[in-house]
Order: sequence, then structure tokens, then C-alpha cells
Amino acid sequence: MSDTHTESRTVFAIETREISKHFGAVKAVDRLTLSIPRDGMTSIVGPNGSGKSTLINLLSGTLPLDGGMVIIDDVGLKIVKAHETPAHGLTRTFQEVRLFDQISVWDNIMVVLTNRRLFPALVERVKPSYREKAKRILGDVGMWEKRDALAMNLSYGQRKLLEIGRAMALDVNTYLFDEPFAGLFPQMLEGVKGILKEMRDQGHTIIFVSHNMDIVRELSDRIFVLDSGTLLAAGEVEEVLSSAEVIEAYLGD
Amino acid sequence: MLPDSHAYRELGRLARNPREFFRSSKGSVELWVNLLVITWALAFMLWQGAGFAITVATIFAIWAILAVSLNLVVGFTGLLSVGHIGFFGIGAYATAILTSDPAYEQLRTEAIPTFGWPFFAALPISIVLAGLVALVVGVVFNRFRDDIFVLVSFGFAIIAFSVFLNWRGLTRGAFGIHEIGKPQLGGWVLDSETEFLALALFFLALAVLISWLIVSSSFGRVLTAIREDEKAIEVFGYRVVHYKLAVWVISAMMAGLAGGLFSSWTSFIDPNSFILLESILLISIVILGGLATIWGSLLGAMAFVLLEEGMRFLPFLPNEFIGQARQIVLGILLVLLMLFRPQGLVGRYKL
Repeated sequence: MSDTHTESRTVFAIETREISKHFGAVKAVDRLTLSIPRDGMTSIVGPNGSGKSTLINLLSGTLPLDGGMVIIDDVGLKIVKAHETPAHGLTRTFQEVRLFDQISVWDNIMVVLTNRRLFPALVERVKPSYREKAKRILGDVGMWEKRDALAMNLSYGQRKLLEIGRAMALDVNTYLFDEPFAGLFPQMLEGVKGILKEMRDQGHTIIFVSHNMDIVRELSDRIFVLDSGTLLAAGEVEEVLSSAEVIEAYLGD
Repeated sequence: MLPDSHAYRELGRLARNPREFFRSSKGSVELWVNLLVITWALAFMLWQGAGFAITVATIFAIWAILAVSLNLVVGFTGLLSVGHIGFFGIGAYATAILTSDPAYEQLRTEAIPTFGWPFFAALPISIVLAGLVALVVGVVFNRFRDDIFVLVSFGFAIIAFSVFLNWRGLTRGAFGIHEIGKPQLGGWVLDSETEFLALALFFLALAVLISWLIVSSSFGRVLTAIREDEKAIEVFGYRVVHYKLAVWVISAMMAGLAGGLFSSWTSFIDPNSFILLESILLISIVILGGLATIWGSLLGAMAFVLLEEGMRFLPFLPNEFIGQARQIVLGILLVLLMLFRPQGLVGRYKL
């Protein structure tokens, strides 16, 4: 990517303008405005129920916006359609790990690689380039030996890895990871950290939600703290985490 | 890769190493089921002679086209449709009306429009018509999922039946349509049972080929992903509604084809062939054979037809009881299947 091309775009991967999502009386996300810079790793933290997952769901179009606007890659969207997000350079993983359970690990990756247009897809068979890429990605996430297993038969950690691999298979600028580290054993946790760092080093924008403050401190370039659907603090990690407000939100009074 | 090539690979392996057969086949229900149904079919043929076997085989071919087409929707895409018989009916009525014989129709008091088209001109139109209806219905149905989808597809079957029964100016209602034309190629009329069987098997092979091409393509892989989690696949840039609509229309067109064959074969149709029960039997065949396996649908249709027709010859059953008995047996079979083998005879997927 040339410098001039980079300069012609804003420094933000994702911005939101007063977005809201209410579930009945619960204001999961409430008039939230934030700007997530391009490149590097950004973490989104907050207590349970602070609206982290809802925010990810709104950004990726998995949930419809009640109001406000999302700006992805300089394109303002009042309605985010999930199937259009990859075209805007965005994809995600899910907190509850949503794989295609009754198909193989191999096909879970393959399904992300193929032609998006309906009629060409009808006549398309697996191309060597797809095969190469699926092989590389399964190697990267350490799932090559498991390629013929059904996704439903994997362990929890393997499922998390496969889901990350599936997102990686889609070459986009920005990745939203919802709780990529939750419930992992230390060894696998290191693996996931390594994968995310690698992706950042390749120039992707990584945005992740996590409860694990040690990992947040270690990985993030910047941090957004949510509380009750609003932005409590944002900025450099150490600065934000040592602020009185954030400590109060986490520890109560 | 054939999605259900597992059984073949196993057969091939066992053929090369016969001693292993008895050891491994104990655990392989699939293999035994395959052998059982095929042996049963051969035994039936020898027992009843070729004439009846040809009739049974034609019935099988028509059910099999239906089962294969419905499996695309139910097994591969995960849309449990119980309204498929409606498309079968549309195909059947379209062919019947388009081929209706003006000379014969003039003798009837309650006339229907007569076209007098040859079968091979009427069949493509019937297929397209089933597809068009599916397109319109599908646009609406696409808004529903899971249980609600089952209910609305149920509604479609009822509406279709009601139209067949009550649009008397077109279908002659409960009196049905008689003297439906036989297929003709040039001067050659396919009016013998054997010729018609060949035609039906040709179209079955075509349906199987098209299904196989679909499910082994990138499109087919997306369908299975939609079945597993349609919200998740959207995030990767697929417009799920388009895929569901496309497979729905293709499947309905195949059902329309089966309908056209059916009406020409029986040469008489009335709305009773397209009641909801037939739709339930059809979905039973698909589940019996196994979801998301083409071979399973063929096997399921074969087992069903053998069961249905074979029961005529049970000596202890009174004749008037047979029609009901097959439904009872099929019902019991389905319950047993769900208890002990929910993935169907040769399937590996669950609803």
C-alpha cells in the first residue's frame, strides 16, 4: 500500500456517532460515540452488561441499530448489513463460538474463501488457490491434523482457534474478536495471543473484547472502557486503567 | 467429492479385503442398510416378476426425484418444508392441462381449457411454472425460520390443495383430469411401461446429477453453512436470502418435473394425489434415508416404495386394510428411526 493511498483515508478504522441499542428498558448501548484508530490493537473492556458484545454486534450488523451511525472505513452507515461488512473491510468472531458444527474443519475454512456471487458459486469447484490458503490458515492456527473432523467434535479451545482461523481466512482490514481469550488454558492462550500479534504485525486492525486485564495490558495499544452502554474512558492503557473512574466502575465504591 | 461417498469407500475397501467384511460390518449399520434394501429390491423383482417390478420402479423413480429435490431444501439448507407436494401438484396439473386432448375434453360436461400440446413441450413449461410459483412463495417464506417456516410451508400445501380442488374451470376439481397425454418423441409414443420407466429413470439421473453438482459446488457448501448457522455465515459476506431462494426454486422445479412425469404416467390426476399426507410421506422418506445425502434419498424412496407395494402381498392382511396399514407401518418406522437412528438410514446429520 502506497503512502499517498494511506494518507487519503482517515486514521480511523471504525467510528460510531451516537449509536444506541435498547432491549426494552435496558439501554445496552446508549448514544455511544467513539473512534477506533486504524492499525494496532484496541481492546474494549467493561464490567458484565456494559454493552461490549452489543457494540460488536452493532458494528458487524449482527444486531440492527436503534439509532445513530456507524462509519466503517470512511463509509457512513445508518443500517449495517451483516453480509456487506466484509466489503467494508470488517469481520468478527462470536463470544459463544459460532462454527458450522456439522461440517468439517476444512469446510469451515473453505466456505469463507469461495465466490460470493451466486451463479458463479453454483459452478465453482474448489480451486487450488483456495486449497493452498486453507492449508496455510489451518497450519497457522494449528488445526491441520484435525481438518477432517466435524467442528462439533472439537474441544472448546480448538473451536476458538478455528473460529479465529475462519475470520483470518477472510482477508479484511479490521477484525473484531469477541472474548478470544475466554476459557482457554495457558498454553492455548499463548497461541491465540501469538496469532493476534502476528495479525497486527501484518498491518491489520485488531479490536478485541476481554475481561483478562493482564492480557489487555500486554497486548493493547489503546483501550476503550464501557459502562452501562456509554464510554467511560479511552486512551493509553496504563493511563486509562489507573484513572479513578475506571477503578471505581470495576471495583464498585 | 460425493457427500455420501463414505459408504462406497467402505464397500470398496471391504471388496479388496473380504475377510475384514464380517469384522467391520458389524459396526457399520450403513453398509447393512444398503445391502438390505438392495437385496430386498432384487428379491421383490424376482418374486413378483418383471411386469410389476417395472411399475414399482417407476413409482420409485418419481418419489426419488421428489425426495432428492426436497433433500436439497431440508437436508442441505435446513429448511424443513412440508409444502413440497404443492410444487409436485403444480407440475402435474400444468402438464395435465397443457397436454389435455381437445377431442376428449369436448365430450365432458365440465370443460377445462384445452391446449393439446405434446408432453415434451408441456413439461418444461410445467417446470418453469413450479419455479415461478416457488419464487413468489419463497420471497415471502424467506422471512421465516425454523418452526415458523414449517408452519407457513404447511399453509402452502393446504392452499395448493385447495386451489386444485376448487379452481374447477382449470382443474375440474374433484373429478380430476383424464386421458393425460403420453410422452412422444417424433412419431415414437412412449406408451409402454418399460419405455416410460426408462424416461423416468433418465430424469431421475438428471435430478441426481444436478443435485450432486449443486451440493459439491461452492454454492452447496454455503447451503450447509446456512443450515448450521445462518447468522454466522452472513458475517462472511453471503446474502443468505438469495441462497435460500435459489435452492428453493431449483428444488421446486425438480418437484414440478416429478409432477409432470407423474400425471403423464398415471394419465389421470385428481387433488387427492396432492394432499398434505403425501407431503408428510415425502418428508418421511427424506428423513428415513438421511438428511443431506443424495444416496440416502434414493435408498429412502426405494425402502418406502418396497414397503408400500410389498405390503399388498402380505397374506394375512385384508385388502381394504392395506392403504391404512402402510401409513401405520411407516409411522411406526419413523418413530423407531427417531429413537434409534435419528440421522436416518445412511445419513450423518441431524435436523
